[in-house]
Amino acid sequence: MKYQSQKVALYYIYGALALFAAQILFGVVAGTVYVLPNLFSEILPFNVIRMIHTNALIVWLLMGYFGAAYYLLPEECETEIHSPKLAIIQFWLFLIAAGAAVVGYIFGIHEGREFLEQPLPIKVGIVVVALMFLYNTTMTLLKGRKTAVSNVLMVALWFVALLFLFAFYNPSNLAVDKMYWWYVVHLWVEGVWELIMASILAFLMIKMTGVDREVVEKWLYVMVSLTLFTGILGTGHHYYWIGTPGYWQWIGNVFSTLEVVPFFAMVVFCFYMVWKGGRDHPNKSALLWSLGCSVMAFFGAGVWGFMHTLSSINYYTHGTQVTAAHGHLAFYGAYVMLNLAIFTYALPYLRGREPYNQQLNMWGFWITTSGMAFMTFTLTFAGVVQTHLQRVLGMNYMDVQDQVALFYWMRLGSGIAVLIGVTFIIWALVVPPRAASVRAKISQPAE
Amino acid sequence: MSERLTKSAARNIFYGGTIFFLVIFLGLTLHSHNYIVNESTNEDTLTESVVAGKHIWERNSCINCHTLLGEGAYFAPELGNVWVRYGGKDDPEGARDMLKAWMQAQPSGIEGRRQMPQFNLTDRELDELVDFLKWTSEIDTQNWPPNEAG
Ligand code: HEM
Ligand code: HEM
Ligand SMILES: [Fe+2]
Repeated sequence: MKYQSQKVALYYIYGALALFAAQILFGVVAGTVYVLPNLFSEILPFNVIRMIHTNALIVWLLMGYFGAAYYLLPEECETEIHSPKLAIIQFWLFLIAAGAAVVGYIFGIHEGREFLEQPLPIKVGIVVVALMFLYNTTMTLLKGRKTAVSNVLMVALWFVALLFLFAFYNPSNLAVDKMYWWYVVHLWVEGVWELIMASILAFLMIKMTGVDREVVEKWLYVMVSLTLFTGILGTGHHYYWIGTPGYWQWIGNVFSTLEVVPFFAMVVFCFYMVWKGGRDHPNKSALLWSLGCSVMAFFGAGVWGFMHTLSSINYYTHGTQVTAAHGHLAFYGAYVMLNLAIFTYALPYLRGREPYNQQLNMWGFWITTSGMAFMTFTLTFAGVVQTHLQRVLGMNYMDVQDQVALFYWMRLGSGIAVLIGVTFIIWALVVPPRAASVRAKISQPAE
Repeated sequence: MSERLTKSAARNIFYGGTIFFLVIFLGLTLHSHNYIVNESTNEDTLTESVVAGKHIWERNSCINCHTLLGEGAYFAPELGNVWVRYGGKDDPEGARDMLKAWMQAQPSGIEGRRQMPQFNLTDRELDELVDFLKWTSEIDTQNWPPNEAG
């Protein structure tokens, strides 16, 4: 760590990990209610459990991006953060807003559009947090060196905030409402969040492989071009059946299929850089997470996304467990693993220690990733059976659910594996190692 | 990567291309907005009651158990076509009464069956909710869902 102000990232990383734990716990509770439906039904209905699960996910991922930005901007811009104090205030405000939202949800205070359930004051709070962040980071960027990594990251974060403004627009016409709802949801995960992913991976590759910055940054521009050239019009794959015109079937089919390309490019990029660099970075677990991220994102978003993105297939699978399967592996592979990669990389520097607890961290990687993969398989099977019975044969929804009950038990099993894996990961990142296991001093970053 | 592509060329392609695709996308959504308002949905029947029903739908976060036009949670049945499933096209009064009775009878308390909460809606709120579901079922969705099971 070269700059003192990078330390503010620690707040964000610890806060994100705490919310990550909450997200997984509520995921396990939701999975339990699927198989034991009478559980909690009077005190904590399924919709509230699910809301907390998904909102905690989104908030901790955002918190992780903020932390990542505060960590990497000083190194990229070669200057301290404009105001570390503002960054700390911003953190607490964000955490309090998130906590207040969760408590509110439990007492039934929420709005009613999926993922955007935050009550109005909390939404306003989020915007204030975003403005504090953007002011602070943009000032940092302006006074320092401008690199492709920091430029792309900042453009992406600005658009994350701008697109969120559509969350305030809730027209009474349901079809119009749905169309703009995707401006937030799709243009986030298949647009600007992907830019964040590409730029953080590029940063990690520069640091860990020692490949020349010029090469990495050229790749970065190509990857983010591919992302937006396909992802923006790829929104069409959500405009098939919600009252939007039929031409979206053509646009959605073509462009969302092409969305696989940037995810594939990111796999090639990461492996090629590691191969080309040929350097033995001591933080093996950070490298594992980075490579794993590109691969699992390719499967979760690319392969599982393509599986149901053609309109002729989506006509049957739309809104079934197939969607849930894809949602899980895509979010996990792309954004959960991305955050864990940068946390694993940054923490040893932030805390001035060796890349500790590597073994445990890697065990966590394999257990969690296998758990999520198995969960995806079980949900995919459930979804395919559901699609056939319900959408093709016309069998009643609740009867179909009884037919796939076994898969929900297996989902719960894999969820518990994920819970164990996540415990390992958080332990490895947060708890300091015993003095005896201290290894060779970490080498300095490549630059 | 090819030597011919310089970094600044790559950057310009990125910004230029993004603006290009963004403009197309915004144009198409603008067109779609008009299409929805004028063709695929019925703005004349979008009454105050339907709007009130939409708010009741949101206040109780029905979307985190049910799908509506295929979007939402997968824990409970699709409701975009529940009006049709309950026979609302042939017997609107009957469908309305059945839907209201359903809401009032929750939770079923049946062991081993997924439970829907009791939302304690007034008779008027129930009517508004039904109006919203009826209006939703009349959106032109390119023939989705494939059948009445939703
Ligand atoms: C990391 C990137 C991605 C993430 C995090 C992600 C996540 C999600 C989530 C959570 C949903 C469900 C939304 C809802 O609640 O209705 C969804 C739907 C969908 N995704 Fe993705 N996705 C990603 C990338 C992709 C890609 C690249 C494709 C296509 C190749 C794709 C195709 C689809 C389709 C077709 C649906 C609609 C499913 C339905 O009709 O029910 N996704 N995605
Ligand atoms: C212990 C592990 C987990 C379990 C048991 C679990 C369970 C669930 C359940 C039951 C739902 C509701 C699905 C429905 O509406 O029917 C859900 C939704 C969701 N979960 Fe998880 N989850 C777990 C971990 C995760 C993780 C690690 C992520 C992120 C990587 C995640 C992301 C999501 C998303 C995005 C949704 C919304 C899906 C959609 O709308 O398509 N979950 N989860
Ligand atoms: Fe999408």
